[in-house]
Amino acid sequence: MSTITAQRKGRGLGLVAWLLGIVFFLPIAWMALTSFHSEADAATNPPSFGAALTLDGYREFFGTGGGASPWPALINSTVASLASTLFVLLLALPAAYALSIRRVRKWTDVLFFFLSTKMLPVVAGLLPIYLFAKNTDMLDNIWLLVILYTSMNLPIAVWMMQSFLAEVPVAIIEAARVDGARLPTILARVVAPIALPGIAATALICFIFSWNELLFARVLTGVVAETAPVFLTGFITSQGLFLAKVCAASLVVSLPVLAAGFAAQDKLVQGLSLGAVK
Amino acid sequence: MTATTTAPLATAHVRTPDPSKARLRAWATRAPLLPALIFMIVVTQLPFVATVVISFFDWNALYPKARHFTGVDNYREVLTDADLRHSVWTTVLLTVTVVLVSLVLGLLLALLLDRRFRGRGVVRTLLIAPFLVVPVAAALLWKHVLYNPEYGLLNGLLHYVGGPQPDWISNTPLLAVEASLIWQWTPFMMLILLAGLQSRDQQQMEAARVDGASGWQMFRYLTLPHLRRYLELGALLGSIYIVQNFDAVFTITSGGLGTANLPYTVYQSFYQAHENGLASAAGVLVVIGSIIIATFALRVVSSLFREEAGRA
Repeated sequence: MSTITAQRKGRGLGLVAWLLGIVFFLPIAWMALTSFHSEADAATNPPSFGAALTLDGYREFFGTGGGASPWPALINSTVASLASTLFVLLLALPAAYALSIRRVRKWTDVLFFFLSTKMLPVVAGLLPIYLFAKNTDMLDNIWLLVILYTSMNLPIAVWMMQSFLAEVPVAIIEAARVDGARLPTILARVVAPIALPGIAATALICFIFSWNELLFARVLTGVVAETAPVFLTGFITSQGLFLAKVCAASLVVSLPVLAAGFAAQDKLVQGLSLGAVK
Repeated sequence: MTATTTAPLATAHVRTPDPSKARLRAWATRAPLLPALIFMIVVTQLPFVATVVISFFDWNALYPKARHFTGVDNYREVLTDADLRHSVWTTVLLTVTVVLVSLVLGLLLALLLDRRFRGRGVVRTLLIAPFLVVPVAAALLWKHVLYNPEYGLLNGLLHYVGGPQPDWISNTPLLAVEASLIWQWTPFMMLILLAGLQSRDQQQMEAARVDGASGWQMFRYLTLPHLRRYLELGALLGSIYIVQNFDAVFTITSGGLGTANLPYTVYQSFYQAHENGLASAAGVLVVIGSIIIATFALRVVSSLFREEAGRA
């Protein structure tokens, strides 16, 4: 193959990649555009590409138009996601330490136990959890979600963090120990700086999964502890008139995840594949 | 490639003759692990045991006094119920279709993105975006903004080419759910496969090129075997999540038009029909199905993991 045809072929494939990228992104771009249209312009066929832009959809969503305010749901989601992420880190860090740096016996078995809980479908335990919550007055309580989200993300976090901590060279830890450093010092001065990007990525993924969760929140919360995804389900039967509002709502709720995901694209892969793919 | 390369650090220090001291040390090593382990057992395993127990009772939440032990009757009912058998089939079809199609599309995109071209970073970011939309929001986007027969984008674009204006969700409900999930999961597959492509042995690729191997030969005999593990990992992680999918089914069709999968059916039978015993039996069956998938999944992840541990 001559270099010129190879170059042309390369450029052609680049164009195909661009085209596919745009096709995949189009629904999101269209959702964003629609969210800035008036409801009348949003619901037209053929679609109105050049219609006037307005913030009405967002005004409607944030409740100034008379609907329910989304703020409690957004705050609940923030609390549930941040608190459960914090608990996950507090539980997973020591566990990962025991599974990677100062290894317990049969550490692979323990690791696989954590993973196996992730494969237990949520519906398998939902009813007893619901009955328990009902009998202990924990229904519609955001802290119940925090506990469940912690259990949902802990296995992933333990896997990710043990793979990040295992990257800390044993020789450095041994050297520090020989120099007389004790465990807290080793953790703070040697392990933490090397593992910090990994810990941040773990926290990010736990945050995203908690923020996205619907089934637990749908079954276990009501008026008080409703989360953002549950708030969005209010739009499921939305007919005709509220398209711009639906788009604005979907975008606002997705914004934290989109921002976090773009910021950590590479670490996202490693985390989602439980540290198995580097 | 053996586990000995990862010998526990702790054992090096436990060569003390005093057995009680050794035991103490072993517990000190184990201690940091215990909070996480105990928490997981209490929050995930106990409820499942309770589900198994409830599955042997005839128990409608609206008539709690009539609750009584019925043995395997719930299982018999679940397995002979036409709706439930249909939802088993729907779950299989949904999972297999979404995983396979998104895997093939993901491979295609990963191969394209593995090449150097202008704006590759931007294209990569555009492609990841669908995976980063909150699942309920993504489902709403497909339901209202794309599929709506009157003002949805799909029919809007068809209008320009003078095509038909079908009602997508009513005509092809399962396909509508699948398409939205494929859109969300293709980026995930692409990310994993791209990581796989970029971990290829470049020297080996170069040597093959020098030896005059064609692009297809290199793909068939070098890239594809190398990617096998990554393809398996993507398929199995995807299956774990899609078998459990609730958001898309709940939002797009509310389980109607024959799209109810097992998670939705279980949700419905206890949340709406209040049949606690039946729901639990169905839940246990979902778990048995998941265990079958999980056995494969664990084997694949374990082999990847061993490779990784061996390399370290």
